[in-house]
Amino acid sequence: MLIAGKCHTFGNDIDTDAIIPARYLNTTDPGELARHCMEDADPTFARRVQAGEIIVAGKNFGCGSSREHAPVAIKAAGVAAVIAASFARIFYRNAINIGLPIFESPEAAAGIRAGDEVKIDAGKGEIVNLTRGETYPVAPFPPFMQELIAAGGLMPYVARKVKTGV
Amino acid sequence: MGMTITEKILAAHAGLDHVEPGQLINARVDLALGNDITAPLAIQEFKKLGMKKVFDPERVVLVPDHFTPAKDIKSADQAKVLREFAREQGLTNYFEIGRMGIEHCLLPEAGLVGPGDLVIGADSHTCTYGALGAFATGVGSTDLAAAMATGECWFKVPETILFRYHGKLQPWVGGKDLILYTIGRVGVDGARYMAMEFTGETIEALSMDGRFTMANMAIEAGGKNGIFPVDEKTLAYIQGRLKRDYHLYQSDPDARYNQEIDIDASKIELQVALPHLPENARSVREIGDIKIDQVVLGSCTNGRLEDLQVAAAILKGHKVHPEVRLIVIPGTQKIYAAALEAGLINVFIEAGAAVSTPTCGPCLGGHMGILARGERALATTNRNFVGRMGHPESEVYLAGPAVAAASAVKGRIAAPEEVV
Repeated sequence: MLIAGKCHTFGNDIDTDAIIPARYLNTTDPGELARHCMEDADPTFARRVQAGEIIVAGKNFGCGSSREHAPVAIKAAGVAAVIAASFARIFYRNAINIGLPIFESPEAAAGIRAGDEVKIDAGKGEIVNLTRGETYPVAPFPPFMQELIAAGGLMPYVARKVKTGV
Repeated sequence: MGMTITEKILAAHAGLDHVEPGQLINARVDLALGNDITAPLAIQEFKKLGMKKVFDPERVVLVPDHFTPAKDIKSADQAKVLREFAREQGLTNYFEIGRMGIEHCLLPEAGLVGPGDLVIGADSHTCTYGALGAFATGVGSTDLAAAMATGECWFKVPETILFRYHGKLQPWVGGKDLILYTIGRVGVDGARYMAMEFTGETIEALSMDGRFTMANMAIEAGGKNGIFPVDEKTLAYIQGRLKRDYHLYQSDPDARYNQEIDIDASKIELQVALPHLPENARSVREIGDIKIDQVVLGSCTNGRLEDLQVAAAILKGHKVHPEVRLIVIPGTQKIYAAALEAGLINVFIEAGAAVSTPTCGPCLGGHMGILARGERALATTNRNFVGRMGHPESEVYLAGPAVAAASAVKGRIAAPEEVV
């Protein structure tokens, strides 16, 4: 998987209330959720973000509520991937399950600045900062999660299992 | 090599003799839970899969509690999705307004969770049921959809941090203070991906309501689950409630832990967590003069009978400060009725509080007490993130019921000794 784009940066402990405030959770419509993406962390983000761009954040990204609306809002806003020093576990599951690419790399989170252009090469296990000429390692997913990602998320994976009975 | 209680429950549900931290397993779930925010998305995914029936209509639980009684048309539409799905699937555990409660107060009370169970819920505070010696963890809507279809869920076996609490608690100090102190000590990601096992003589002396409060906030330290050893208090609690078999597991003496943390609980004072993270825990005496506009007493963290009893003992004979709104939300209809019977509701109303039907409501900035720009609340809830209870420029301070009641009377964050 190759993803390249411009980065938007955020700090540590970005919680799911900041990613999609509960006042917008009376809908499941991805387009509507996308309009409020990251609103309580940066009210201008949803207007500024372009399709294919990347979110970069510090530790514990997506902590708090289990709302899947958070990765859904990010994906629907056109964000191609999220890089963070670490992810909160429910957000991590949710992102994998809905097919939002996420990458854990403390080195990348520390090195990337707002506006940097980066290229993520999941196969090679590296993130290249094209603006700064730096390369950061990224941990590969365990084989089971690679299978989930390759299937396009949990539901296509389950559908295949249900059909084949394995 | 021995196993922890968490590892034993996961192994049993995966049909394995032994599991190791880090191992990926597929496990059978005893119960799968959703609410009016998370279940509509799960139901949508379930239907896309072309599935006709849930794996077991007695083991899929739906509780419309977040934006209910419906706060607006869109919320009403979401609650309707649950209601129709519950009827169509013949779910025996769908709880309608007037017969419901906040999910994590309700499920244990209704006897739906027992020791040794594996429970997933599309709500991060599902970890509450660890108080019963169950493995319970929050997941997202897609995980819930898959579990509704297959009765299974994938897990990474977590490492465990063992917490041992020693000593007798100071007056008014309870489960909320223990857990806020603990989160303050390890940080909001101190137990990320890990199980938190709560033990020690302080825990043995702690009530079930206090244990539910502690397990509830394991997620606020990043924990996958919080879990307690089963003892006679647990067994007394499930007696007459639980309608099915349960299994008792306990951690082996040679179980492996990521860390073992000993805490002298006798030194823990009443805690308050400052905005905007639960890890900003301080002793109430260190807070200084913080004026407040609203107090919320309730939520899946502190909406149980003992919480209402503690608050009423402080509020009795006092009035809520003229510049404060006190909103009291009993966790379930049964708790509401018991509080009424015990005269607690009268104490709240005479003090000048608003008493609400059970709802998550203000905790997540849904309804029933949203904060305006610049307003400040002291709440017995679980999160004080930016904008959590309303306007992004409002503030939430977290505390237990004793500090909540005292603060409502004083109009600023206060200790109960200042009132009684």
